Amino acid sequence: MTLLEIRNITKRFGNFVAVDDINLDIKAGEFFTLLGPSGCGKTTLLRMIAGFDAPDSGEILLDGHNIIDVPPEKRPFHTVFQSYALFPHMTVADNIGFPLKMSGKSLEEINTRVASTLKEVELSQFADRYPHELSGGQKQRVAFARGLINKPRLLLLDEPLGALDEKLRENMQRELINLQAEAGVTFIYVTHAQNEALALSHRIAIMNQGRIEQIGEPSRIYNYPVNRFVADFIGKINMLDATVIKTSSSHLTLKVAGLGEVTVPARDGIKVNDRGVMAVRPEQIRMVAQTSEIADEFQFTGKIKDFFYIGDVTTYIIDLANSTRIEALLPNSLPGHAKLFEIGDPIIVSWQEQSAQFLLN
Amino acid sequence: MRSHRTALWIASILVYAFLYIPLIIVVVFSFNDSKLNAEWVGFTFDWYKALFNNHEMLLAARNSLIIALSASSLATLLGTMAGLAIHRYKLKVLSILAFTPVAMPEILLGVSLLLFFLQVLNMTLGMLSIIIAHTTFCIGFVAIIVRARLQGMDESIFEAARDLGATPWQTFHQITLPLIRPAIVAGALMSFTLSIDDFVITFFTKGVGEPILPIQIYTMIKVAVTPEVNAISTLLMLLTLTLILIATRFDAHALHGKSK
Repeated sequence: MTLLEIRNITKRFGNFVAVDDINLDIKAGEFFTLLGPSGCGKTTLLRMIAGFDAPDSGEILLDGHNIIDVPPEKRPFHTVFQSYALFPHMTVADNIGFPLKMSGKSLEEINTRVASTLKEVELSQFADRYPHELSGGQKQRVAFARGLINKPRLLLLDEPLGALDEKLRENMQRELINLQAEAGVTFIYVTHAQNEALALSHRIAIMNQGRIEQIGEPSRIYNYPVNRFVADFIGKINMLDATVIKTSSSHLTLKVAGLGEVTVPARDGIKVNDRGVMAVRPEQIRMVAQTSEIADEFQFTGKIKDFFYIGDVTTYIIDLANSTRIEALLPNSLPGHAKLFEIGDPIIVSWQEQSAQFLLN
Repeated sequence: MRSHRTALWIASILVYAFLYIPLIIVVVFSFNDSKLNAEWVGFTFDWYKALFNNHEMLLAARNSLIIALSASSLATLLGTMAGLAIHRYKLKVLSILAFTPVAMPEILLGVSLLLFFLQVLNMTLGMLSIIIAHTTFCIGFVAIIVRARLQGMDESIFEAARDLGATPWQTFHQITLPLIRPAIVAGALMSFTLSIDDFVITFFTKGVGEPILPIQIYTMIKVAVTPEVNAISTLLMLLTLTLILIATRFDAHALHGKSK
């Protein structure tokens, strides 16, 4: 069921178009992420949904009713800010109780609900502390509790994990997923961190220069990016210049610089002579010594140019014939795997046809 | 290193001596059992007794208190509103207009206010004109302090309040007002101390009639610096010092962003 519909929303700041004619449907109960580089318009879009900024044109529909003229305090949405925005002059309990107080709940109800919420987020012993007496992670939990206590239809989250260190961020990601599942509240999450988006979301919208490039489930976006921008923004990918020389219902035959003819799965709207790139993810490339046998469709010989050991995996930089350079990833599944290959080793790289795809320039 | 530090200490002591010895002398001689401010004779409260029997002086003190209380209240109200507006609308001209009276030479302000009262408003000079004049030059101080406090705050706090269901008015009195309260108190105390001992602007805008404390003191020393002047000066100093101490306490809180 659709909760929120965004229809042709545009927002300009002077000559700069921050959000450019965006359309979007958010389903009830969904964990939806707006992902993009800084300045792509994701925060501006979030602020318009919250009601802090008004769009220059377009509509935002909640349950089918336009809410453009509804002030932020009348929208059943709450926001978790990157800076947490806790009220510095109020205790943890008063911060969490604020939305209940504003909606005119009785003191008795406020006290009971605040107490049970504090218990849920394991902050009961901090009820009388002030925000400046809390750690970053604790402030974060207070901000989430405050955002959820009055059961909003929609929780808007603006890079809420941005200020936390990496270990804490991983823990909070897990807590967020649980929190969302338990509360049953629809989340719209804004971030520039692609791994966070992939780990948390049901669906992701990739934004660039005020427009949406692609909307889909995380694995769909990762494996089937619609264009170079999305492919490049999400994860790492090898891109080799290619021209389409033949099309069929199931395959595209490409002429790839340095590799010759390669076939990739077909996709709609591609014609002969279209120019673009053949793209393959580093972890979908296999590597063996040149003396070994390998069954994959596409095999090319090359030499190890360099490698980067990062613990769980090692990235190898490989020079193929005609000075084509690609990256491949090997998991270090045994302690001795830190260096499976040495610089200069002759190797074969290969991939299955389904791993490669053609992306238009 | 060591000699540097010694030199720094000596310099600081000299600066503080320069600032405070004249004040200390006034205090000491207010307790001196002699009509002359020349040598220490003995301890006495006589000059304070004389002071409290001086009808004219008491009247001046009462008038000055009324003026200072009224002007600082008005200036606090208007200055707070100005500080909020300057912060909200981010118009440079607004802040310049509010802060200029702070930097303006008092004599200029005094003359222009005098002309304004007499020639534009055509009003009789007296308590009211002094209160308006004092309010004018205090507004800027309050506005500066309030705005400084607002500038140090995370803007998203106010958006968060709206977002969580507070109307603009609820946001103001539940969030904004408690957060800027230390700055408002500091501004009020500052205005009071500025108003109670102001001479120049008071002199231009007082007209004839009601005696005002700083002017009254000046009139007394035209004859001679009596120990009675020392006594009233000491009391005034005590009041100002207390208020400044309270103001800096509040202002320190205001600057560090903690209101509790």
